[in-house]
Amino acid sequence: MNLTPAAQAALDAFAHTPGWEQRARLLMQWGERLEPLSEEERCEANRVHGCESTVWLVPGHIGGALHFRAGSDARLLRGLLALLLLRVNGLTADELSEVDVADWFAQLGLARQLSSSRSNGLNAVLQRIRALATEASL
Amino acid sequence: MSLPSPWRADFPAFAAFTASAQTYLDSAATAQKPQAVLDALLGYYLEGAANVHRAQHAPGERATLAFEGTRRKVAQWLNADSPEEIVFTRGSTEGLNLLAYGLEHLFVEGDEIAVSALEHHANLLPWQQLARRRNLKLVVLPLDAAGDIDLEQADALIGPRTRLLAVSQLSNVLGRWQPLAPLLALARAQDALTVVDGAQGVVHGRHDLQALGCDFYVFSGHKLYAPDGCGVLYGRRRALAQLRHWQFGGEMVQYVDYHEARFRPPPLGFEAGTPAIAATVGLGAALDYLGAQDEQAIVAHEAALHQRLLAGLARFDGLHLLSESHTAMASFVVEGVHNADLSHLLSEQGIAVRAGQHCAMPLLRRLGMPGAIRVSLGLYNDGDDLERFFAAFHHALELLR
Repeated sequence: MNLTPAAQAALDAFAHTPGWEQRARLLMQWGERLEPLSEEERCEANRVHGCESTVWLVPGHIGGALHFRAGSDARLLRGLLALLLLRVNGLTADELSEVDVADWFAQLGLARQLSSSRSNGLNAVLQRIRALATEASL
Repeated sequence: MSLPSPWRADFPAFAAFTASAQTYLDSAATAQKPQAVLDALLGYYLEGAANVHRAQHAPGERATLAFEGTRRKVAQWLNADSPEEIVFTRGSTEGLNLLAYGLEHLFVEGDEIAVSALEHHANLLPWQQLARRRNLKLVVLPLDAAGDIDLEQADALIGPRTRLLAVSQLSNVLGRWQPLAPLLALARAQDALTVVDGAQGVVHGRHDLQALGCDFYVFSGHKLYAPDGCGVLYGRRRALAQLRHWQFGGEMVQYVDYHEARFRPPPLGFEAGTPAIAATVGLGAALDYLGAQDEQAIVAHEAALHQRLLAGLARFDGLHLLSESHTAMASFVVEGVHNADLSHLLSEQGIAVRAGQHCAMPLLRRLGMPGAIRVSLGLYNDGDDLERFFAAFHHALELLR
């Protein structure tokens, strides 16, 4: 599956970062690149539940391609959300259904962040993205 | 001063934790098990599993003896009047649900149930849902500034309509012993039933339930160094007699026909189906193990660890404790730092603590906090565990600030 240039850049950055500290720093930097959400977008309807932190997910499209935006009050989670959206945005709903997101995070050296025991809610966000993408394509 | 734990070597999990560079400071969620408990679990299966209370054969008799032996040990541990006051459950949560269903018939519309503002969801939701089923009023007893149930307000709120009071002995978030004696007296004065959630309290010190005088007390085995999947509901004989049966099936019956049945009295009438036999045998082994230790030494060790934890936390700028905990845990937030970020970076460094709302969402909301970090201690923790935590915590804050 082809990566967008931004996703490829993330992969290059993370895959060559061996230590947890550097990865944490990178995560925080990539989190800063999330497009900010407006006050209205930080609403209950956009909340993703099942996260210990507050997470908002705003669905959208550019042409036929998915274009989600997301935000959180936790910094490292913002980084994880940014990395997730890099892999998701720009795809069609059909393409998304083929993407192995766990593998994506494994390639980034962040496999643990998506495991079912994590309470960070990344999995809940992914479920919501998949549900919204399917809904929109029906 | 390293503050070693003389009990640590009895818990094989710590060898594994050392090998995988993990520091376990989450015992308020679940505790590690001593070798004696692991031996009892394995021994039950190695000698031949058999169901309890049913068969005449020797394996069945051995299993029943061991299972009922735990009932006797629990009764002694809690100073219950009799083993018949001990009902085995899957844990505290099941015990509280059993009560909320088994006592439902005693309530009429407009009756009141009093709980406190600090309850774990397990001691809130069964009552909340009972109140909704029966149109009862759920009264929430507020806390004082220290984080204890406010006795003056409790006195005003517990009244003639109060039919039941359900409160925690030791808060799982604030780590404070609640003023049970005066609270229970307030309820008794109204002839209300009293339920104590001992899930955290039972782990720290021995508690004499006859002296405490509650009608019901629940706890889970897994926090008391015993296996998960087994727990205890203690009920005073008179109180147990008021329970209606709630789960139906094998072994809780005296007589069954297609269209009617008669059920056993407590405790067996409330233990439908095959219980967690191995885990219950393991609970007996945990009580044997704990009973063989010097209780004062455990109390002193836990107090020393707790003091060191508090002293260490006090050195961090911008750290706010949720309360001045009495024992075994500390919950806190750090100004300008999200607890999820902290917990992420602590877990990266092999520190196992709990972050979030600790199954007490209404309490955290009331405190105005999205979540908190909780460090909790068991008798096996030592000074080095705390030093590793402090170092990792310092490191995490450096990265985040």
